[in-house]
Amino acid sequence: MDLFLNNVSFLIVDGIAYGMVLFVISIGLAITMGLMRVVNLAHGSFAAFGGYIGIKAVNELGVPFPVGLMIAFSGTFLVSIVLERLLYVHLYKASELKQVLMTVGVILVSIASFNLAFGAQSLPVKLPPYLTGPVDLGFREVPSYRVFLIAVGLAMMIGLWLLLDRTRFGAQIRAAVDNRHMAESMGIDVMRLFTITFALGSGMAGLGGALGAEILPLEPVYAFKHLLTFLIVVSVAGFGNIKAVAVVSLILGVIDTAGRYFVPAYGAFVIYLTMIAILLWRPNGLFSKT
Amino acid sequence: MQPDPISPRARILQALAADPRTRLLHGHRFRAAEALPWILAVVAYFAFDTYLSLGIAVLIAVLFTLSLDLVIGYAGIATLGHATMYGFGAYTAGLVAVHFTREPVTGLFMAMLAGAAMAFVTGRLFLHLRGNTLIMLTLAVVVMLSEVANKATSLTGGEDGLRGVVIDPLFGIYKFDIWGRTRYWYVLVTLFVLFLIARRIAHSSFGFALQGIRENDRRMSAIGSPVPWRLLVIYTIGGAFAGAAGGLLAQSNRFVGLDVFSISTTSTVLIMLVLGGTGRLYGALVGAAIYVMLHHFASAINPFHWMFVVGAVLILTVLFAPAGLFGLIEKLSSPLNRRAR
Repeated sequence: MDLFLNNVSFLIVDGIAYGMVLFVISIGLAITMGLMRVVNLAHGSFAAFGGYIGIKAVNELGVPFPVGLMIAFSGTFLVSIVLERLLYVHLYKASELKQVLMTVGVILVSIASFNLAFGAQSLPVKLPPYLTGPVDLGFREVPSYRVFLIAVGLAMMIGLWLLLDRTRFGAQIRAAVDNRHMAESMGIDVMRLFTITFALGSGMAGLGGALGAEILPLEPVYAFKHLLTFLIVVSVAGFGNIKAVAVVSLILGVIDTAGRYFVPAYGAFVIYLTMIAILLWRPNGLFSKT
Repeated sequence: MQPDPISPRARILQALAADPRTRLLHGHRFRAAEALPWILAVVAYFAFDTYLSLGIAVLIAVLFTLSLDLVIGYAGIATLGHATMYGFGAYTAGLVAVHFTREPVTGLFMAMLAGAAMAFVTGRLFLHLRGNTLIMLTLAVVVMLSEVANKATSLTGGEDGLRGVVIDPLFGIYKFDIWGRTRYWYVLVTLFVLFLIARRIAHSSFGFALQGIRENDRRMSAIGSPVPWRLLVIYTIGGAFAGAAGGLLAQSNRFVGLDVFSISTTSTVLIMLVLGGTGRLYGALVGAAIYVMLHHFASAINPFHWMFVVGAVLILTVLFAPAGLFGLIEKLSSPLNRRAR
């Protein structure tokens, strides 16, 4: 019994840590889908890009891990501004089919480029000593890396909430999500908003890619491999709903971790089936108002 | 008075092109150029008999792409799950050969039936949805079935694939030899028959209704077209065609791999269709043929470079040639355009 409880608490910590990584990566996708109505299937490529540059900086330049995370964020932020101006700007009025095609094109190019730049093997992560040992939380010891993930995830949640709920910029985004034309008539520069939001969302994905590199290993096919997981979070939560994305990420993280542990044969299957059922029941997401 | 610079023939062509009824009334008539791909396919058999297995791969890819053209190109259903029907057909044909009968035509019919049934069921569930949700749901089914096929090892062989698919001689006479002679004709004739059916559908009133739905489904509803029913019918037909392509794949490879259900399969068929051009049947022919042949030679050199090229071409196609290769050819060769330059 004691062993069982021990396992359960371990699974919950692990699951929540994984859920936090899912949240940090998926939230950008949820916002861009809600705001711009673009299905960016290549979102995982941005996560992988950030992961690669952040972890490379940690491994080879010896920068501290938190600085590596910042490099991951800012590098992806800058690259995505360029890509948004060059490519994604053409997708805002295009059909879903075109969005799918172009973003699949971006995935393929990214896979080839990552393979060329970083090799076909998954990139090992050299964590600093304070993130490899266990940490005593009073009632039990848990791996400090998981605690770090949860702390960073919580900080990002609070930061995002403050940004979107308490600032002028956030109010503009919310206005544009709810009614783009009205927002434009009120003098909000929606195109500029799109660029910044897209870059912010991609930057967060990049940060998430570096943060979760131990859980979701960095490899060239990253974007294809985890595509459905990110899409599940976003589509079940409903586009552009931050609280829902947080809740769904954490639930999915815990269920997925527990499923892999208790019923390894059916874990993934159950999750896909649940997602299909939820989307059939509520096509706009579990927490949509309609 | 200035002499008219346009020849009388060009003027007639122009008038025909300008009249929207021309396409509707005369589109079904066979033009001489339409024989070209089939002549090429027959010539290829004799000229490149060492490349027959590549030829078979091309023909199967053409059929698969053609089935997607009916669904996306004509009806405008934005799906990312066409591998569902393809893989289901492939496993069905494989399992029929392993457990029930080795007779190829029966296996092919079962594969078509399986593809159609799968499309009917998923279509019933999904087709009332649109946009992102539809794309995600159809994609999720592909990945879920891949998980099922992976785990049901006793039935599908799991990751090792379904082995031991043995096929009897066609009609009891033509043996499936290792060079693929019989297989080539078998696949080519199947493709030809199904192509004629697809062409008939495309030029029927049903096909026009589908194109109407693609352009504006609300308006079609308003004028009394049973939109959900029509979409379900074409989705099911497309499923049967995709099932046939999967069945041919299983029978000619004597093997079904797990990758029939994969994001890569389901996006490759879309890529082939869009490269060729949607909604014109021949786009599927051109796109699939060029893609598979280039892939065969280029990925032998380096699979990652190939991915880069495909990805880049895809991005450029969306940006600069939305109607695909075939659309580009048409645009450059149409009499209207020639006059403009």
